[in-house]
Amino acid sequence: MDLFEYQGKQYFARFDIPVSPGGIADTVEEAVVQAAAAGYPVVVKAQVQVGGRGKAGGIKLANNEAEVRLHAGNILGMDIKGHLVERVWVEYASDIAEEYYASFTLDRAAKKHLLMLSVEGGVEIEAVAESNPDAILLRHIDPVDGITLEWARQAAIDARMPAQSVEGVASILVKLYRCFTEGDCDLAEINPLILKPTGEIHALDAKVSLDNNAEFRHPEWAEYRETEVLDERELLAREKGLQYIGLQGSVGIIANGAGLAMSTLDVVNQVGGSAANFLDIGGGANADLMSAALEVINYDQSVKSILINIFGGITRGEEVAKGIVEALNRVSLRAPIVIRLDGTNAEEGRQILLSAGIPESVLQSKPTMLEAARAAVAIANAN
Amino acid sequence: MAIFVDQNTKVIVQGLTGGQGKYHGLRNRAYGTQVVGGVTPGKGGLDVEGIPVFDSVADAVAATGADASFIAVPPKAASAAILEAAAAGVRFVVCITEGIPAQDEARVYNTLIRDFPGTRLLGPNCPGIISPGKCNIGITAGEIAELPSASGPNVGIVSRSGTLTYQALYELKQRGIGVSTCVGIGGDPVPGTNFIDCLREFQADPETHAIIMIGEIGGSAEEEAAEFIKANVTKPMSAYIAGVTAPAGKKMGHAGAIVSGGKGTAQGKMDALAAAGVRIGLNPTEAGDLMAEIVASLR
Repeated sequence: MDLFEYQGKQYFARFDIPVSPGGIADTVEEAVVQAAAAGYPVVVKAQVQVGGRGKAGGIKLANNEAEVRLHAGNILGMDIKGHLVERVWVEYASDIAEEYYASFTLDRAAKKHLLMLSVEGGVEIEAVAESNPDAILLRHIDPVDGITLEWARQAAIDARMPAQSVEGVASILVKLYRCFTEGDCDLAEINPLILKPTGEIHALDAKVSLDNNAEFRHPEWAEYRETEVLDERELLAREKGLQYIGLQGSVGIIANGAGLAMSTLDVVNQVGGSAANFLDIGGGANADLMSAALEVINYDQSVKSILINIFGGITRGEEVAKGIVEALNRVSLRAPIVIRLDGTNAEEGRQILLSAGIPESVLQSKPTMLEAARAAVAIANAN
Repeated sequence: MAIFVDQNTKVIVQGLTGGQGKYHGLRNRAYGTQVVGGVTPGKGGLDVEGIPVFDSVADAVAATGADASFIAVPPKAASAAILEAAAAGVRFVVCITEGIPAQDEARVYNTLIRDFPGTRLLGPNCPGIISPGKCNIGITAGEIAELPSASGPNVGIVSRSGTLTYQALYELKQRGIGVSTCVGIGGDPVPGTNFIDCLREFQADPETHAIIMIGEIGGSAEEEAAEFIKANVTKPMSAYIAGVTAPAGKKMGHAGAIVSGGKGTAQGKMDALAAAGVRIGLNPTEAGDLMAEIVASLR
């Protein structure tokens, strides 16, 4: 789960990482109140999860109330690369002497944590990596050992931080690493990490991506869930506990297992169709989950056919079949189903579907993934 | 021969008294796997359909001589279960648990490397391993795995995705091609066993004559495998990579399956493997067809 900048800053604050005083506003009036609380001058920042906000006019300096009204009025409701701005973050405008970059992630290839640290901050780190890779310090950390202040100090020195910044940067690195590990982040990034003319080091932006698998030990994440940007189909799927990603095509996909679901998308594409979604009902999918999945798919107006691709491991064929029969009783599907059922208890499942007496115009069964995809695409393309 | 597990492997099930552990543990036993015990703290002394349950892995190992463990416990308990098995000297640990936090996985992986080099972890979030006719640990339906033939040629399977592992087994079964061992390494960011670990074993296994590899988008494990294949694998291979049509920036179900910053695309992986001499199928059936051609040429 990706956090908005303001949420990232609030998350940073939990780990004592210094951020600018500020507040969130979803109206111009609230922005004025937040500006007064933060103290002028302030920066009004669009809260969208996409890069290039500044260039798009989504970040503006305001020296007084009139300017806050002007900028907040312009930015709220703005469309930045397809992202609607519903909230702005208003914070005290810090003076900047220098801009750095710092982040912690997991390096999957090395299976270690990775610090990236650079004196060239304030621009996209990918651009720095391209133009001046030597300016980025990459340092692995054994997750069992973690880091110490001494280690962080050495990293700051090795990244060629100016002497006056070393201590402040090191201190923030230790806190950011705690945020990354104890805070269960996939990514904890500060860009820019600034040196103020007064000598303090400070996080001017926050990019935080949380590991969904760790949600069980972070009740405080509940509020982030509420502001997550999902389309209506994705929201419905979440309520039902399904792994769903909305796409643009016309063949609704239900598969068990992420790999098989991805593969189903690929095969649909290869035979000339396009998928309306990715939906993994997971291992152990039962009748309830299957009928919930069909409800979610049915909600999508652009679906012209539904391809169910099940290979039973944990998932049992008879459960899948029962779920389909049950769903057909519960909801009236707008699109016909093509199913391919194999693996554990597939024969029992096929028998249940047969004996339910469902007409071929509503449901047809195909022996292979490829044939099922062809049939589903033929229906979708004919409608 | 087979890799990692065979008819002599003795398995305990951590979480045998839970729903998943019981269902799959009993299925594994019914397949012919030597399931010699279960572990559930506080339930030592009980039994599950004749399989004795112990309070700890150490107790179970001492009483049964088990050298492998099948972990089927919830995400919260999985990390501790893996380390408990390692500390008790278990050689091969299969963890099917889905949803373990990445920070825990990274710590467990590096703890195993450092403190328990004699323990190999398969998974987490994997379907398990089957050496057909000998040993099945995990959730694979044993009946879809073709037995290896004494005269060969037999195929080894290694896959990052659970259901695509079954699909690969099924493709070979349809064609009557024997399988030496099928390993599902799982779709998480830090798998305990990776493609290269399996490829090395398959290359050394006299019963394996060709290899199918099933990858997916995200990370660079397939690219690293391609480098390894180029330098070390002489047995013919076919491969399939899932997620050609996956949009960037979206996790496709698996925590590890994401195309980010233009990295980890299916195309890049297919190109790398093709350059290493691996024949690439555009779907699992095509990979199966290619393997059938390879096997025919070996006969």
